[in-house]
Amino acid sequence: MERKTITRWFWVWQFEKEEEWLNEMAAGGWVLESVGFCRYTFARCEPGAYTVRTEMHPYDDRYVKFMEETGAEYVGRMMMWIYFRKKTEDGVFDLYSDIDSKISHLDRIGKVLLAIGGANLAIGVANSFNPVVRAGWVNLLCATLLMYGLGRIHGKKEALEKERELHE
Amino acid sequence: MPGTPALTEATYYILLSLYSPRHGYGIMQQTEELSGGRVRLAAGTLYGALNTLCDKGWIALKGADEDSRRKEYMLTEKGKEILVDEVKRLKELARNGERILGEE
Repeated sequence: MERKTITRWFWVWQFEKEEEWLNEMAAGGWVLESVGFCRYTFARCEPGAYTVRTEMHPYDDRYVKFMEETGAEYVGRMMMWIYFRKKTEDGVFDLYSDIDSKISHLDRIGKVLLAIGGANLAIGVANSFNPVVRAGWVNLLCATLLMYGLGRIHGKKEALEKERELHE
Repeated sequence: MPGTPALTEATYYILLSLYSPRHGYGIMQQTEELSGGRVRLAAGTLYGALNTLCDKGWIALKGADEDSRRKEYMLTEKGKEILVDEVKRLKELARNGERILGEE
């Protein structure tokens, strides 16, 4: 089968954009077949034959099994991110259908960003006072970036919380 | 019956679907059918809700065989009570709405 691999970078807060791109690819006849670090491998398919979804989810075998029972195919996993696809003829495919569960997904992302960002901040500060290691700025830069990501995720969460004041 | 907080639509339909034992996909289908296609439960939402409802004791796994390939869930007595209360609450909402709007 015809395949192609595309290298592309998405920031963590762009996961919706990433998903949108993967679905544009599927609409154009290329369905996601495997994922690697910034690498997406696609296989030829009937244009629009698949819906692709991604989310941050800790490793959980039972979850993958559950998804498969509902007709979704497990495509792969890249660190904390998991990728599924489902044939469009088998119906609408979404991972989250209400505001509460969308918010808990954002909370999961936020926690990971906070943990990694916090660790980078601590290491960065410690290394800044270390005359031998002069790489503290790298960690501080990472921490800044991760905190920026956290802010973006928080913004999305706030928008959903506002919506939840009126409906679920 | 003051104090019982409203259920979300997802929770309500999951509980209602489990009046008869069902597995995950069965709950999604039943919910869609009961609501005439209006309410669609996404699998990730359902997975989280099932775990929470099991922890609360409103639903339970059917049979002791937790490792069986397809897990079936069922409503518990507690879950049934919650549903009965919720239906009362929904009736009150509908009654008030109809009464006030009907006055026009």
